[in-house]
Amino acid sequence: MSLKLPLFMDNHSTTPVDPRVLETMIPFFTQQFGNAASRNHVFGWQAEAAVEHARTQVAALIGGDGKEIVWTSGATEANNLAIKGAASFYKKQGNHVITVETEHKSVLDTCKRLEREGYEVTYLRPQKDGIVTPEMVTAAMTDKTVLVSIMLANNEIGVVQDVNAIGAAIKAKNSKCLFHIDAVQGAGKVPFDVNASKADLVALSAHKMYGPKGVGALWVRRKPRVRIDPIIDGGGHERGMRSGTLAVPLIVGFGKAAELAKEEMGAEAIRLAALRDRLYRGLSKLPETYVNGTMDPAHRLPGNLNISFAFVEGESLLMALKDVAVSSGSACTSASLEPSYVLRALGTGDELAHSSIRFGIGRFNTEEEVDYVIDLVVKSVEKLRSLSPLWEMHQEGIDLNSIQWTPH
Amino acid sequence: MAYSDKVIDHYENPRNVGTFGKEEDDVGTGLVGAPACGDVTRLQIKVKDGRIEDAKFKTFGCGSAIASSSLATEMIKGMTLDQAAEIKNTQIVEELNLPPVKIHCSVLAEDAIKAAIEDYKKKHQR
Repeated sequence: MSLKLPLFMDNHSTTPVDPRVLETMIPFFTQQFGNAASRNHVFGWQAEAAVEHARTQVAALIGGDGKEIVWTSGATEANNLAIKGAASFYKKQGNHVITVETEHKSVLDTCKRLEREGYEVTYLRPQKDGIVTPEMVTAAMTDKTVLVSIMLANNEIGVVQDVNAIGAAIKAKNSKCLFHIDAVQGAGKVPFDVNASKADLVALSAHKMYGPKGVGALWVRRKPRVRIDPIIDGGGHERGMRSGTLAVPLIVGFGKAAELAKEEMGAEAIRLAALRDRLYRGLSKLPETYVNGTMDPAHRLPGNLNISFAFVEGESLLMALKDVAVSSGSACTSASLEPSYVLRALGTGDELAHSSIRFGIGRFNTEEEVDYVIDLVVKSVEKLRSLSPLWEMHQEGIDLNSIQWTPH
Repeated sequence: MAYSDKVIDHYENPRNVGTFGKEEDDVGTGLVGAPACGDVTRLQIKVKDGRIEDAKFKTFGCGSAIASSSLATEMIKGMTLDQAAEIKNTQIVEELNLPPVKIHCSVLAEDAIKAAIEDYKKKHQR
């Protein structure tokens, strides 16, 4: 079998649509194209039936009920709706929200906005391995805390939180405090259940699980009923929580993607973890490489490897890997010129943050691709180290911290 | 981000990579930048009769930083110290077609040249 380049190993950024998903979507563009809100003709009824079916498929993936699904444009909107919607609705009960420094920007920036509007937000710093303990969460809770928002799995370092233990601890301390879980990276990859985790709100995205871009969902608990204020007003779709005509083909695709994820997650996780471990073994033959986040398999997404190659700058390494799509926590790859805030929160030095590469192995990656990547990365790191003054100094036993650097 | 052909050429075939003995009398060494900022360049010059006879560099940094310092070593070879001290980062920006976000890479290269010259001059003040 020959390798097809460029190859994609950045499955945390997005995933290709599974051909089985695409197949279910196509009729809804040209034939069953009705508006799911049209109550008076067959086109509308077909669309509505398809949307309702997709609700049960997506809800089933996380152990919920189809009636609890609110369709959104994606996970960014779902996180915004959960946090702003709940904070607004429960304003009278309190103005304190708890989240974690390593959350996705759609959670952090939403919390920052709440702060500007007078709410108080606590940003928990995780342990060095990326894990947040239930004790950290409950220690930050006050009688004003109305919402805790914690992600199931991290998009950069793949660390999976013990949301079941965290949910239990939150509810034991204050059964009225809501628990929102950003499950975008974890759902369909690792076991997750809304009841086991005592979640009240759960954000999901289709395109991280081999569905189409442009659709997500917020699961909103019905028993006991969780209320949120909408952030988009209009025709009162989605029980008033999110107005706007439903993107039927995308929703149908999301449903199928969730169904496939539920069926295949067990076998796929084993295969991906084996590929990831193979990649890790191959790359850790290089000296001075450091994994970011815990490598405990119970606490890491099976397809994730985030690793720093000391004394090599991440973007220069990406340049050498031009036929391989991966990403880096280096500042040079971001608009802000700051290295990854996730790695910073873990206490990873900026040097190592600049040297980090994130590999995201997915459904369509093969062992042959992993071997190709190992070979290319090892060669490239060796070449770039031969160009690196820091590597040379390290080899000579010079302590880089002893040098007076000139930051610019 | 798309890199210019010249950046790619210098990145893939960097010129004058290497190290001179820092203690040698005819060598000036400039070490600029910081690991925490994601770029460090060490540029060295070998001087004979006031002229840069040879230059070497090593860079920890992105492709544009590597290309900027590689180009800088090419530019200064054969120049007098005064001529080399006149080199401006804008010349490097132009030659490599660096986009605005990469201008700091050219500044680093200019600083490295100046630091190497200064180091050499300091050695010869005594």
